[in-house]
Amino acid sequence: MAEEPQNNNAYWAANVRIILISLAIWATVSFGFGIILRPALSGISVGGADLGFWFAQQGSILVFLVLIFFYAWRMNKLDAEHGVEE
Amino acid sequence: MDQYTLNLLVVGASFALYIGIAIWARAGSTAEFYAAGQGVPPVMNGMATAADWMSAASFISMAGIIALAPAGGYAQSSFLMGWTGGYVLLALLLAPYLRKFGKFTVPEFVGDRFYSKGARLVAVICLIVISVTYVIGQMRGVGVTFARFLEVSTDMGLYIGASIVFIYAVFGGMKGITYTQVAQYCVLIVAYTIPAIFISLQITGNFLPQLGLLGGYAPTGGDVSFLSKLDQVVVELGFTQYTADTTSMLNMVFFTMSLMIGTAGLPHVIIRFFTVPKVADARWSAGWALVFIALLYTVAPAVGSMARLNITTTFWPNAVEGNALDGEALSLEEINTNPELAWINTWVNTGLLAFEDKNGDGMIQYYNDADPEMQAIAAERGWEGNELTRIDNDMMVLANPEIAKLPGWVIALVAAGGLAAALSTAAGLLLAISSAVSHDLIKGSINPNISEKGELLAARISMGFAILLATWLGLNPPGFAAQVVALAFGLAAATIFPVLMMGIFSKRVNKEGAIVGMLVGLFTTAIYIFLYLGWFFIPGTATLANTPDNWLFGISPASFGTVGAILNFGSAYLVSAVTKAPPREIQELVESIRVPKGAGAATGH
Repeated sequence: MAEEPQNNNAYWAANVRIILISLAIWATVSFGFGIILRPALSGISVGGADLGFWFAQQGSILVFLVLIFFYAWRMNKLDAEHGVEE
Repeated sequence: MDQYTLNLLVVGASFALYIGIAIWARAGSTAEFYAAGQGVPPVMNGMATAADWMSAASFISMAGIIALAPAGGYAQSSFLMGWTGGYVLLALLLAPYLRKFGKFTVPEFVGDRFYSKGARLVAVICLIVISVTYVIGQMRGVGVTFARFLEVSTDMGLYIGASIVFIYAVFGGMKGITYTQVAQYCVLIVAYTIPAIFISLQITGNFLPQLGLLGGYAPTGGDVSFLSKLDQVVVELGFTQYTADTTSMLNMVFFTMSLMIGTAGLPHVIIRFFTVPKVADARWSAGWALVFIALLYTVAPAVGSMARLNITTTFWPNAVEGNALDGEALSLEEINTNPELAWINTWVNTGLLAFEDKNGDGMIQYYNDADPEMQAIAAERGWEGNELTRIDNDMMVLANPEIAKLPGWVIALVAAGGLAAALSTAAGLLLAISSAVSHDLIKGSINPNISEKGELLAARISMGFAILLATWLGLNPPGFAAQVVALAFGLAAATIFPVLMMGIFSKRVNKEGAIVGMLVGLFTTAIYIFLYLGWFFIPGTATLANTPDNWLFGISPASFGTVGAILNFGSAYLVSAVTKAPPREIQELVESIRVPKGAGAATGH
């Protein structure tokens, strides 16, 4: 029992790290590519649109989807590694 | 069979389905009434969440809000990113931990985590203000959709809609609402997708609207891209191009952020994640919810922009092949005699479309008469202003089936879809309101010894009253229906989201910090909105004109939720730092919600 808090702390630290990485991607595709970097990326085209426009109206939503499923999958693995799954 | 009978049949069949589900899914306990017995599979919960989330505004108006925006379609991308990006925050920062906590309402978490009835009460007030303002628009949406398709008055439509919600929400509670929302999602997504596929085929030759948006313009062989064609046509007529960059990057960032954290802080969305069996299911469920939302949200900008180009080239036939202004505008004779264009008069009759031959030349010139270059051209050609005087945002979705000449049952399906979108969101909001009243106020404060049976009855009575209140507000809408959405999202962003996040991610934030933080977020955001939109939205009481020059650092009232959230976080940490740390058992509570193990055992109390 004595090692349980330590295990839980390591689990939480790993979770926070995964969250921070995921949120960095979340912000890059929406606020980054979709808004702030759009003028800089205007030379790159996706079909008939520029890259920033595509991220703002399509791409960021698709990345959000992948992110949530990645997080759910990664956390299930982490839960099992630390023996805290239900 | 005429269109009216067909609409009646399809809408009637969908209502019979909802009531059938309600009878099958009656709630027998408070756990079923508040959280569907915590036994909803993640994929189903994802569908229910999507229906809960996508309102009449998403279904009917969003495509037009984007496509017809005076500042261009790109500048409205905030809605698309904001209303989907919030689910990433829900999945990563809130849903799994709140599910682990294992109780029924958002204020209950706030009250327990911050060991304070005061904090719980402040959360109840925030929840009720957010949900009541939001539900007004939904009840109007139900009335308007009925009026449009079933030829009853808006008020009558509202009564019918409220009765249907009454039946399945009062008897079924969260359980009935959840399974009805699954059915409503299926109806609304089919109704949205079929016309979208047809218009995409017609304009771009690609049956996937998401790819059509990036594809070529089919009527001229597809060599010119659809978006550049759209830009060229609207610019020629003096409008801002669809892909034009935003004029205020800072405001767009703040607005998108407000919608994201506002989405994650909306109580009726959060409580959906209390219904799944396990913590892992809450994570998956957020992903499934976004899958089902993305099916509509990635289609919306495509549908809107294609419908806009379609309507524009209808009024300027020459624009299909070359330049609009090289040819003549659409003639009145054509509108009245060509059977292909019969939809124009159909929609003029509903008031969503209007034209007026101002210069009496027998043709309808559609252009931006506020643009100086167009004014010069108009003067040269003897035009006396834009003659297509009204294109309602809702046209972009509602008129598509007729413009694409789809069969009558598709039109009827769109009617049922619009009603499904409005009813499902209204039901979710009403449940959030009634559970806050029966569980947080009655059980939590007024009568903690109430029996299970007594609380279930109290929950049903609160639901009944919430529906009556919402119906009354829908019949007598305060004159600010458009602004209240800004208030709902701003307050959810500035109050609920920060307090929940701090409750999970910090062990140091205490009750003083949480209460001060929520109040700071609530008041700064509400005051900033009132300053520009009128005190309590009473017309004429605005202190400052609502123009970008007056805004603080160019941040619009609708974008202020982000600032309110920052102030909430900042003041909560500051106050917590100078007051006593939370007691030992609260720190242990935080430790326990961070770990999935043991959620199955947790119950309602």
